[in-house]
Amino acid sequence: MSIAAYPDTWRRPPFIASATWRWAIYLGALAYLVVAAGAVDINWARLAEGVARAGRLFVGFLSPNFTARWSDIALGMEESLTMTVTSTVVGILVSLPVGVGAARNLAPLPVYLVCRAIVALSRSFQEVIVAILFVAMVGFGPLAGFLTLSFATVGFMAKLLAEDIEDIDPAQAEAIRSTGASWLQLVNYAVLPQVMPRLIGLCLYRVDINFRESAVVGIVGAGGIGATLNTALDRYEYDSAAAILIIIIVIVMAAEYASSFVRKGIG
Amino acid sequence: MLRIEGLVKRYRTGDIALDGVDLVVPAGEVVGLIGPSGAGKSTLIRCVNRLVEPTAGTIHLGELDVTALSRRDLRRARRRMGMIFQEFALVERLTVMENVLSGRLGYVAFWRSFLRRFSAADVRGAFATLDRVGLLDHVDKRADALSGGQRQRVGIARALLQGPDLLLIDEPTASLDPKTSRQIMRLITELCAERQLAAVVNIHDVALAQLFLKRIVGLRAGVLVYDGPSEGLTPEVLTRIYGEEDWTRTHGDADADDDAARATGPRPELIRAV
Repeated sequence: MSIAAYPDTWRRPPFIASATWRWAIYLGALAYLVVAAGAVDINWARLAEGVARAGRLFVGFLSPNFTARWSDIALGMEESLTMTVTSTVVGILVSLPVGVGAARNLAPLPVYLVCRAIVALSRSFQEVIVAILFVAMVGFGPLAGFLTLSFATVGFMAKLLAEDIEDIDPAQAEAIRSTGASWLQLVNYAVLPQVMPRLIGLCLYRVDINFRESAVVGIVGAGGIGATLNTALDRYEYDSAAAILIIIIVIVMAAEYASSFVRKGIG
Repeated sequence: MLRIEGLVKRYRTGDIALDGVDLVVPAGEVVGLIGPSGAGKSTLIRCVNRLVEPTAGTIHLGELDVTALSRRDLRRARRRMGMIFQEFALVERLTVMENVLSGRLGYVAFWRSFLRRFSAADVRGAFATLDRVGLLDHVDKRADALSGGQRQRVGIARALLQGPDLLLIDEPTASLDPKTSRQIMRLITELCAERQLAAVVNIHDVALAQLFLKRIVGLRAGVLVYDGPSEGLTPEVLTRIYGEEDWTRTHGDADADDDAARATGPRPELIRAV
């Protein structure tokens, strides 16, 4: 065949093969966007009022006051940090067996289904909703916050751990199985070494999340710095609120630096 | 030592990987298993230790019927069958020593293996085996810090530490350069002779198989089509195993005109065969 006989154009095959479907999806998405934009009802008068209030808030934030409510802030912070550490530890301890059970390549089908159900249950509600339920059950205070964050940690850790276990190199597991190792030894020798770096990374990340969430769940009555912040805002004490937010930012940043430092050391 | 009778493996997809294989390997004999990709070589050796469950047929290890064992007894039986892998299959993030000691997992209680407190005899055996394969200086390195040849030596040491009667060896040299391949094959055959181990070696490189192994078994589409001495691999026999190809040409000739070789069939690495 002479060279001129070959086609001289080539196009990458489209992501959605059927042309009808492709255009239907593009046009559908565009139509939805237009309708949605039209449905947004902006109240300009209220927005203008809000800008004025935001200005007052902002001025308050420029002069944070750490001293006026210091004892409240210290107590809230102590509760939040306690909640963070205890819920992370308890959550991770519970999530390990659940995560192993939710990995299809390690667990038999019934165990897998039960563990996946636990994960789904834990992940289906946002922390605030769970916190409201726990506050209703055990009353106001950090105990409700601890329970909420532990519960959320289980779903988060177990799901990501299970996915990582399902992604391990099967050859390494096969080699350990072929030595006559038991199931526990298989987990200890072939699975754990492969998932360990990611597991440590996830634990550190979860400490971070739990601290931030501890501030959020406080707003619905589950104790911690969130409760203090809520009180300060209710009393229009923007300077104290600013102090609390600054402390939260500093702690989150410190946690971020610490975890990236640790993560560099493993691999 | 190993006696396979009427072994059949049908995968759930309906593909028949093995179609009535009979094979006997006495103690101390190393058998090379050759055949095209997809002929069922890997399936065959994985059926022996039941990493793949056979569909029909029996496998005897000495007097023990492997196909009839319960889960628990299968674990005991696996201790007697060391396995060596193409991509080495070491646990990358564990040390060389941990990888070698994992050969003892079938013998020790979980808590001992968890705490890495193996018996004095196991530890001494691990050091001796590492010395035998020439890795005594690398005991505390992580497995992923080693070269390909060194990793395969760790893989061999792990299999040996099981104290096996039989070695199942899956493409031991496919990830190695030609010189290292020869060293590894030499080490394997020497060790099997020293310890009177039976072994089945899956191997793609027919020339390498002929160089080190006396007996060759040819598998094609799940059926044994040759079982005899390595000198018996005539062009006719190779055609029976791999299909039509000009087997009389040497590797050098094939290189000179490799367009033709690529167009007509088996992969270039097989052309070295003659």
